[in-house]
Amino acid sequence: MQASADSTLIAASASRRRRTAPSRLSWIGLAAVLVTLLALIPLGFILWVTVQTGWETATALIFRPRVGELLVNTLLLEVLAVPACAVLSVALAWLTERSDLPGARLWAWLCVAPLAVPAFIHSYAWVSIVPGLNGLSAGALVSVLAYFPFLYLPVSAALRRLDPALEDAAAALGHGPWSVFFRVVLPQLRLALCGGALLVGLHLLAEYGLFVFVRFDTFTTAIVDQFQSTFNGPAANMLAGVLIACCFALLALEMLARGDERYARVGFGAARRLVPASLGRATWPCLLLFALVALLSLGVPFYTIARWLLAGGLQVWRLDEISAALGHTTVLALGGALLATLAAIPMAWLSIRAPGRLQRVLEGCNYMVGALPGVVVALALVTLTVRYLLPLYQTLATILVAYMLMFLPRAIISLRASIAQAPVELEQAAMNLGRKPLDALWSTTIRLSAPGAAAGMALVALGILNELTATQMLAPNGTRTLALAFWAYSGEIDYAAAAPYALIMVAASLPLTWLLYVQSKKMAGQ
Amino acid sequence: MSFLELSGLRKSYGPVGARVAAVNGVDLAVASGSRTAIVGPSGCGKTTLLRLIAGFERPDAGSMELDGTLLAGPGSFVPAYRRPVGLVAQDGALFPHLSIAANIGFGIARDTPDRQARIPELIRLVGLDEAFLQRRPHQLSGGQQQRVALARALARKPRLMLLDEPFSALDTGLRAAMRKTVAGVLEAAGVTTILVTHDQEEALSFADQVAVMRAGALMQAGAPRDLYLRPRDRMVAEFLGEAIILTARVADGHAHCILGAIPVDRDAQHQTAEILLRPEQIGLQPDQAGGASAVVTDSEFSGPTCTLTVEVASGAGEAGTLVLRHPSAGAPQVGTRIRLTVSGSAHLLS
Repeated sequence: MQASADSTLIAASASRRRRTAPSRLSWIGLAAVLVTLLALIPLGFILWVTVQTGWETATALIFRPRVGELLVNTLLLEVLAVPACAVLSVALAWLTERSDLPGARLWAWLCVAPLAVPAFIHSYAWVSIVPGLNGLSAGALVSVLAYFPFLYLPVSAALRRLDPALEDAAAALGHGPWSVFFRVVLPQLRLALCGGALLVGLHLLAEYGLFVFVRFDTFTTAIVDQFQSTFNGPAANMLAGVLIACCFALLALEMLARGDERYARVGFGAARRLVPASLGRATWPCLLLFALVALLSLGVPFYTIARWLLAGGLQVWRLDEISAALGHTTVLALGGALLATLAAIPMAWLSIRAPGRLQRVLEGCNYMVGALPGVVVALALVTLTVRYLLPLYQTLATILVAYMLMFLPRAIISLRASIAQAPVELEQAAMNLGRKPLDALWSTTIRLSAPGAAAGMALVALGILNELTATQMLAPNGTRTLALAFWAYSGEIDYAAAAPYALIMVAASLPLTWLLYVQSKKMAGQ
Repeated sequence: MSFLELSGLRKSYGPVGARVAAVNGVDLAVASGSRTAIVGPSGCGKTTLLRLIAGFERPDAGSMELDGTLLAGPGSFVPAYRRPVGLVAQDGALFPHLSIAANIGFGIARDTPDRQARIPELIRLVGLDEAFLQRRPHQLSGGQQQRVALARALARKPRLMLLDEPFSALDTGLRAAMRKTVAGVLEAAGVTTILVTHDQEEALSFADQVAVMRAGALMQAGAPRDLYLRPRDRMVAEFLGEAIILTARVADGHAHCILGAIPVDRDAQHQTAEILLRPEQIGLQPDQAGGASAVVTDSEFSGPTCTLTVEVASGAGEAGTLVLRHPSAGAPQVGTRIRLTVSGSAHLLS
């Protein structure tokens, strides 16, 4: 009797789900489609401009020595910096996670902390210590120091998750420590390495300030130059087209390298705790390596900022200017973060609750758009507003939309992780108690995923805080964020006046970076 | 001279000052070609002992010799990858990024001439089809994964094979079959084997020699039958199976207890001693027959057998409660008066 009553209930709830699911899906799905269409605007626009420019003009603008030169620069930069980041990160991650290195927790944190220093402040610091620094090698050096944590984070998380039984098995099969590392450990880091390398590669394509300081030309710096000299002529748009092609080439490369192999633990039962490898006599050289990395990636920027602050004295603290910049930055960062998080809700919800073909297509689109450099998004929005929606050009609304498009993936990823932890039964219970679908969604899942949303907002705010190109091109006249003020002063070689802004940006980024560090630990189940 | 000889092996973990001894002075000799099972409750140190033998951990004290070669001792240590020792882990530990063929070939040096021929040979040896070679570990069931892990470990032709609870993750039906297969394969290959398990039935049925471990030390080692019937103390007796332990007065080769006079296996004189009987030694007879008189006070049905609680009243006025198993068919009802008889002899516990 009880059993049959239960099965009736189950059948009833199943049929109810069938009835309500399409209507809920259509609202949230529609929202997700709209967000995605909005996100596709920059990409579509660049393509459309290319078509409009006409084949002959386009080829003339694309196939010229200048573009070839930029392509070679970009390629060399990627080929130098990405593998260097990978090797450095794997070494540092292995030492902090798998060896008995003294103070491993502290070193692990110091390996993430360079993210709190915006890339252009890294290169500001290097250029003011070594004024002659320029060109490819300088660009690669500063890139490695600024971006290696993007690889360190996933690699160390993956190392923590590895099943030690596999290494034992390999050792029992007669493989020495080095052979075990290369044949068992390293292959299992492949996904983390691919993901991290992609992130570093995309950042190298998008970075502007870093390379201007060391006078190294990439597509992004060239587009901004072009934009500043000819506004939004077809030349800038064509360069943006080539940059987009570079981004997609990286995405495709990563997909190829990632493969479709499975790396999850095959077995069952709890993994044994890892036994840290004993470094023995190598302890001191290893400590020296960490000290050197910390010195170059953290010591140099902090030393430079401190030096300029001391040299500048009290005069560089123009409080009215600084507080105005702080106000502008806060408004933009909060507004952008809020908008991006709201826009992320439908996509994040779809990918957890209603995965399917629509969701995969939408997610793929958002992922691609998220890979586009800020300069491309900004250029598209500039062209679009100037040609068709002039009242919107250089308004708060446009710059916030640009931020939303650029940082949507960060918000989606954080939100998705916490929606996955909110059981769908709660949503169903709320509907059972008479709430309408959207109301039920809001009062259960959205409430419960608030921590994830907050983390996502913090990460978006971190991005906006350090954003330079899009802000420069799109923000309303008279806007002066911390980054813009820093950029203006350092452009006038007034490094002392720029120092307070650098200090504030680093100080504001540090807690956000800590959040990133804690999040990566949590994802590894610690 | 035995094949594997452990003497005074010790290993402790934890920070200085609060160290916990996981293996605390283990001596064990294993004969060539034999199967030894190390059995004990979880946390008794059996896995640590296995890891010491495999060479994943360095002992704090003691020594270990394999066929006359020193593997670990004061000032010397052969690491795992230089030991001719194979290992099958609890969940197989197959490499998820490699195919089955690559997993099996992992331990065979690339320049070995018959490498390509040996891989299919090995998979057939463990009773799997060659079609499995192209698959990935996650496409195999738990039992198949264990077979591949065994084939992979055999590929190196180890002289000693360690099995770390390889059957515990399999379901009951599969477990017995796998145990038979593995025992057969290892026997045919002539590899000396050590099995670590917490399952006493598995230990007794698999091994030629069983060693019971507790709190980091071996309590007793010996042939399964000896250990089961003649354990040294109460703990070993109870760990290896259901035990009926009675107080008795021992004299003239007999133990006098509530079940009457039972022959003991050891001649001694004791005013009070503990004797061990296994439940299957006690037979139930109808009331009129000979033996100790008893009443069934409780009966619990569990399919083929019933668990009966019987109360024995002996002539001397002592009373005792025993728990026995009886086939369900023909089991006496609660309240029935019966007689208990003992077959074989009782074991005198020290």
